[in-house]
Amino acid sequence: MTIAAAGADRLVVEQPKSRAFPGLGLLRSTHGLQRATLVLGLVLVAGFILVAVFAPLLARYGFAQTSADGVEFVRQQAPSAQHWFGTSVRGEDVYSRVIYGARTALMVIVLSLIISLLVGVVLGLVSGYRGGWLDRVLVLVMDALYAMPSLLLAIVVSIVLVAGQSGTLGGILSASVAIMAVFVPQYFRVVRNATMAIKVEPFVDAARVTGASTTRILFRHILSNVTSSLPVIITLNGAEAILTLAGLGFLGFGIEPTKAAEWGYDLNKALSDISNGIWWTAVFPGTAIVLAVLGMTLVGESINEVLNPLLRTRRAAN
Amino acid sequence: MTATTEAAPTADPEPAKRTGGQSRYGALARYLGVRALLIIPTAWILVTLVFFLMRGIGDPITASAGGRLTPAQIAERKAAAGFDRPLLAQYWDYLTGLFRGDFGTTLTDRRPISDLIVVNGAATLELAVWALLVAMIVGIPLGLFAATHRDRVPDVVLRLLAVLFYAAPVFFVGMLLKLLFSVKLGWLPASGRFSASTEIALAGVRPQTHIAIVDAILYGNSTYVVDVLKHAVLPALALGLLTGGVFLRLVRVNMLQTLRAGYVDAARARGLSDGVVTRRHAFRNALVPVVTVMGMQIALLLGGAVLTETTFEWNGLGLQLARYLSARDFVAVQGIVTVIAIVVAVMSFVIDLAVALIDPRVRF
Repeated sequence: MTIAAAGADRLVVEQPKSRAFPGLGLLRSTHGLQRATLVLGLVLVAGFILVAVFAPLLARYGFAQTSADGVEFVRQQAPSAQHWFGTSVRGEDVYSRVIYGARTALMVIVLSLIISLLVGVVLGLVSGYRGGWLDRVLVLVMDALYAMPSLLLAIVVSIVLVAGQSGTLGGILSASVAIMAVFVPQYFRVVRNATMAIKVEPFVDAARVTGASTTRILFRHILSNVTSSLPVIITLNGAEAILTLAGLGFLGFGIEPTKAAEWGYDLNKALSDISNGIWWTAVFPGTAIVLAVLGMTLVGESINEVLNPLLRTRRAAN
Repeated sequence: MTATTEAAPTADPEPAKRTGGQSRYGALARYLGVRALLIIPTAWILVTLVFFLMRGIGDPITASAGGRLTPAQIAERKAAAGFDRPLLAQYWDYLTGLFRGDFGTTLTDRRPISDLIVVNGAATLELAVWALLVAMIVGIPLGLFAATHRDRVPDVVLRLLAVLFYAAPVFFVGMLLKLLFSVKLGWLPASGRFSASTEIALAGVRPQTHIAIVDAILYGNSTYVVDVLKHAVLPALALGLLTGGVFLRLVRVNMLQTLRAGYVDAARARGLSDGVVTRRHAFRNALVPVVTVMGMQIALLLGGAVLTETTFEWNGLGLQLARYLSARDFVAVQGIVTVIAIVVAVMSFVIDLAVALIDPRVRF
């Protein structure tokens, strides 16, 4: 089965769902184990977003704060009543950094997804609709980028951003752009292939006959028909964005610790603590990453299973 | 990426092309020929992109030594290294250098990058093979087990476990393993590829492969072999579990699809037991798509290797990459990234070749 056919089939399956309220409609169409997985995922994602939004209320200290009331925090202190998750090697409160880390992660996810959606969808639409040499060149470049290990791609882009205009871009924005480079090829692929399939449909010819401009055909007629498979990719990419951000931070290429709290960076600093048996600087930020990624992965896969039953019956149909 | 791969198996146009009409050898040869030729543009595009991205932002000398040297000193070094020439001339030199196997020399410690590839690349290769081994041992039997116990307790537990393996960053898993098995229990070494004594002994082995386990076997001393193996356990587990989770899901999904096929029903109807049907009829066919997707995991494995090596101070390309990154030696970074990109391009071809050869629809 070609991508084109899969995309078209998916459209048929999904059409009624897109009208309903996203969470509820989804929940109603699940049952048993599937529902339990979805609920667990939604709870984790909701918790993650709430923590991110209300971080200043939940955190007990600032993310870069190393003293309170003129008293320096004891460094590498085990969890206690004053510091629930202990303190780090630089004397920060681990609990506060974990809480603020959710905010950083959410901002990076949202920014990187918005930018990569804009770039990937537009390029995919134009490439799929126009075809010809532009399409061939873009497909080659995007496939090459797609083949590259995502972390390395993000590293290269973040080097370019940091070395090129250090200081002018905020840490969060530059991390988002670096992660964007990983996602653009994916959106490009999906949208381009769907566009290729849809542009030969009669309704596109009809629009052209009535004198609609190319831009209008692309954005009014084709766009709404090719974006149906995007929600699944977006949720799963949210999970991947957190992992890539953490990877960048772990390699020391993330966000400056004084500008924002970032889980990957904290884990990097915790690496030397581990050998001394200091577990709290690693376990808490690490668990935060696992929970956030787990939540988004579970939601993404549940949506996928609900919206795309073809995924399982495809082979039998052959 | 892994999750997307499974979520949208139809997003890759290549397998569709492959199963389309490749029933004769001529078509197969043509497909493989085209596929082999495709490596060149892919690798070339990546090399070019990385080159212009990293050189377009300024010269590497200013990046690595900016602030520490006077402008005159920087200009002098730039001239010596040829970084003051037009970008296109530098690009041409770099490209022709690559064909001769010359990837350049690192700025900070004047080490030829080709030497880096041989010595540290061997370490990365070793880690990747160990991890792949762990991933197969964990992923394939468990995926099979989950598929044959569909929607019962083992299946549910294993599926959650697979998602958990994916959700946990490889360096976090590595740190937890380190904390438990080397710091708390003291069973295994926390970092490195071998103990100091082994390293000294193995340095004298001829021919030297730089693959620790091979060198240790060549040396012929079982103490060193055990030492090398002990050091490999934790990094291989950390990286292997990540990939193993992906394998588990893949084997499960493909097995479920295969179990529904007509020939499986036919085998059952002939009165064969469940075990025989699963093992002899379904399992082999279920593995073909798994091998395809395994090819895509090479990139994940190499990306993960960078993080695993940093966690365990495993002296491979990834650890060197992290080291040169913090030293802002972008010539070295560019070299390592280029090598990894080429390896990924070549490996994906090799996997496609393997799939074409083992898929019975191609052979007969």
